[in-house]
Amino acid sequence: MKKFNVWSFHISWIVLVIGIPILIIFSELFKTPSDTWQHIYETLLADYVVNTIFLVLGVSILTLVFGVSSAWIIATTNLPFKRAFEWLLIIPIAIPSYINGIAYAGLLDYAGPIRTFLRSINSDNYYFDIANAWGVIFVMSSVLFPYVYITARSAFINQSGRLLEASRSLGSSSFRSFYKIALPIARPAIVSGLMLVIMEVLNDYGTVKYYGVTTFTTGIFRSWLSMGDLQSAVYLSSMLMGVVFLSIMIERLQRGKAKYESKSKTELNLRNDTGLKLWLKVGICLVPIILGFIIPLLQLLYWAFFSIEKIITSEFINFGINSFLLAGGAAVIIVSISVLLNYSTRIQQSKFWTGISKISILGYSVPGAVIAVGIMVIIIGIDRSLISWLENSFDIKIKLLITGSIGALLYAYLVRYFAVGFGPIEAGFKKIPLSLNQAASSLGSGPLKNLFKINLPLLKTSILSALILVFVDVMKELPLTLILRPFNFETLATIAFQYANDEMAPESAPASLLIILIGMIPVILLNRLMASDETSS
Amino acid sequence: MNRYKINFLLIVLSILTVVSCSGPSKSGEETKSMEVNIYTQRHYDADKKAFEMFTEKTGIKINVVKAGADELINKLELEGDASPADLFFTVDAGKLYRAKEKGLLQKLDGALSADVPENLRDEDGFWQGVTYRARVIAYSKDVVTPDQLSTYEDLADPRWNGKIAIRSSSSAYNQSLLASIINATDEETAKSWAAGIVANMAREPQGGDRDQIKAMASGVGEVSIVNTYYVGLLLNSSNPEEVKAGESVGIFFPNQEGRGTHVNVSGIGITKNAPNKENAIKLIEFLLSEEVQSFFANNSYEYPANSKVAPAETVAAWGDFKKDNLLFSKVAEHNNTAVKIFDEVGWK
Repeated sequence: MKKFNVWSFHISWIVLVIGIPILIIFSELFKTPSDTWQHIYETLLADYVVNTIFLVLGVSILTLVFGVSSAWIIATTNLPFKRAFEWLLIIPIAIPSYINGIAYAGLLDYAGPIRTFLRSINSDNYYFDIANAWGVIFVMSSVLFPYVYITARSAFINQSGRLLEASRSLGSSSFRSFYKIALPIARPAIVSGLMLVIMEVLNDYGTVKYYGVTTFTTGIFRSWLSMGDLQSAVYLSSMLMGVVFLSIMIERLQRGKAKYESKSKTELNLRNDTGLKLWLKVGICLVPIILGFIIPLLQLLYWAFFSIEKIITSEFINFGINSFLLAGGAAVIIVSISVLLNYSTRIQQSKFWTGISKISILGYSVPGAVIAVGIMVIIIGIDRSLISWLENSFDIKIKLLITGSIGALLYAYLVRYFAVGFGPIEAGFKKIPLSLNQAASSLGSGPLKNLFKINLPLLKTSILSALILVFVDVMKELPLTLILRPFNFETLATIAFQYANDEMAPESAPASLLIILIGMIPVILLNRLMASDETSS
Repeated sequence: MNRYKINFLLIVLSILTVVSCSGPSKSGEETKSMEVNIYTQRHYDADKKAFEMFTEKTGIKINVVKAGADELINKLELEGDASPADLFFTVDAGKLYRAKEKGLLQKLDGALSADVPENLRDEDGFWQGVTYRARVIAYSKDVVTPDQLSTYEDLADPRWNGKIAIRSSSSAYNQSLLASIINATDEETAKSWAAGIVANMAREPQGGDRDQIKAMASGVGEVSIVNTYYVGLLLNSSNPEEVKAGESVGIFFPNQEGRGTHVNVSGIGITKNAPNKENAIKLIEFLLSEEVQSFFANNSYEYPANSKVAPAETVAAWGDFKKDNLLFSKVAEHNNTAVKIFDEVGWK
């Protein structure tokens, strides 16, 4: 452990601000569990754990297949309509998993377009049940793979150019270069994307509940909502966090000292495939787009067709603006703090401080409703002490100031989504050789100047990816917004949920479509910036 | 350095000004408050319109936070006497009971409506029902006739093997149904009933109540236990195919010879420290007035709690029925036992 300086100070305050609600949840792990916990442990836990592991493995494999293969093709091949492919492969994350789940169930159910059509030609004798663990894996993977795609693509493009050119010139096949060189080099980036996917799977409640698959999260909500035992719910959540923290640490250890730093970027010559090979590659990129974007989009449009007149009102513009501003604000805050935290640990170069910094990303691993409990303890606690302090010292009577304010909501997003910004930024810093900073320092440039003059320009792609991811994630956020929002405040996500939760899927479709539409704006814009950055540097 | 100090002082001063300005005017002891704050789990368009009608009529503004009942209870607990909430409004008596037990509500006294029957309110007067739904048997008209149906208990009979479509036990509606069975019989009987239903399931529990009806329309399952409310929604859906699914099932009120059909109540209570209590009482009275009750009945397919008001046409067409009049505190009391039984018999 290095001595305490300005950088360890930054790490400390950031981890403290973000980590306190997490630590409040985590501290439950050391209390004596209640009766409910006993019951859950004896009758259900084994089942929950097995299902959860199954889902995590399944979604990991499928997102890796979708994400890495498409990223590799986009990074190395000239495809027709490549620009469109680039952003179409990102856009599925704008669709909330549970909405995707409802869309697929609706597509296949009695009143869905397929069955309706079959009935119209008198041949409906088919019943396809997607509501099972396989269905959950499919539905989640098809909207979560972009986390892997984004990080993998940027790693392939930025890191491996020179080595890949070398391996190609030595006669190595495309697949062999990929497997032997690109994949190991891109591993940290891919893992950081995959980590986000896994945490999304762990914190999901909407999809698994609708599909009737019981997971660890089911246990959390069963103790709280069904049995009224919040303490057990928090206890289970803290276990979940512990497991995630351990696996992050194990992954780091296992990666060991291996470091891949590419000193210079060499532009990779894009392959110009033709014929069958080209169409095969186009097909590989099209599959996840069709499954994760086109099909749910069509189903939502089909539903919106029935409900749009009834649902779209002038208020919708306000809901859209609310969503946009919240998501944009949260993205800027989270990414700025992520850069500061990562830069501080980088300068600090200490295992201890790097480990500490990882606490800040745990808020993503447990259900939002539980994190909300920790956040409310803090916010309302501060508010109440402010009230009594002002009353006692100045005889001023006030009400809750922070609770129910936009500031509280933004703070909650910071705690919840820090991991989403942190991942790409961390991966981005790993690509910048330490020697670059050392050289600059030896020439008398201070750490702040280094940050702005050297690191930030090199981080541009990572920062843009992080902004997109956080923006889209906050757009679809639900549990924190529901409980922490100010009076009379709606976002598109709360509107979509209110109908979906009441089993009125057609009515929820217009809001879901608008979430996707607004999510597309930054995705397309930032993707364009990223693309120009990739070709210019 | 001096400049920083001045800036700091300015910030502190401005915060204090904001605070002291907003303080007294907001506490509103002297001036008559013209707003009322409500924490609600109900997120229906009908509620929104009813609130707008109230503001139009009285000039009192309604501020709403909508979230899950247990999350709202947790929020009320943490906020304590500083909570801005005046009212807590939710579906399912179990949640109202939970709020009452945690000391978050106060007695309604004067706000209790004489038109709401006693069996639709808390026995100690801490909350009262606004609307209710019946948990009925829906059957596929193609294959089942009403004379084959009788009670909830009968559905556990092996002759229904592979024929029941029902949602997960995480649904509060299923929990309170089982709690009512525990109350009417005993734990052992209730457990063997739940085990019988599990054995008779046409598929693993999934989806909501509407999905069970759509499954039956697809030929998966012949009977289901659902809330009347969802059948009403289906029959009035904007998608004609959903209407078709709704029309393919019949509604049967079980246990009419015995204790009656199980019902679920939406209820409202005033919070312990309601800052705008007077307005809260006005709003409750308004929600229970004949005008608003008939509005609810016709827009949300729920049964109105006010006994003077008739249900909507769709709902009335199913006929009158006898309600199970057990005390809501009993349902709440047996709720956790019910959940444990579900887990033990493997009802997911």
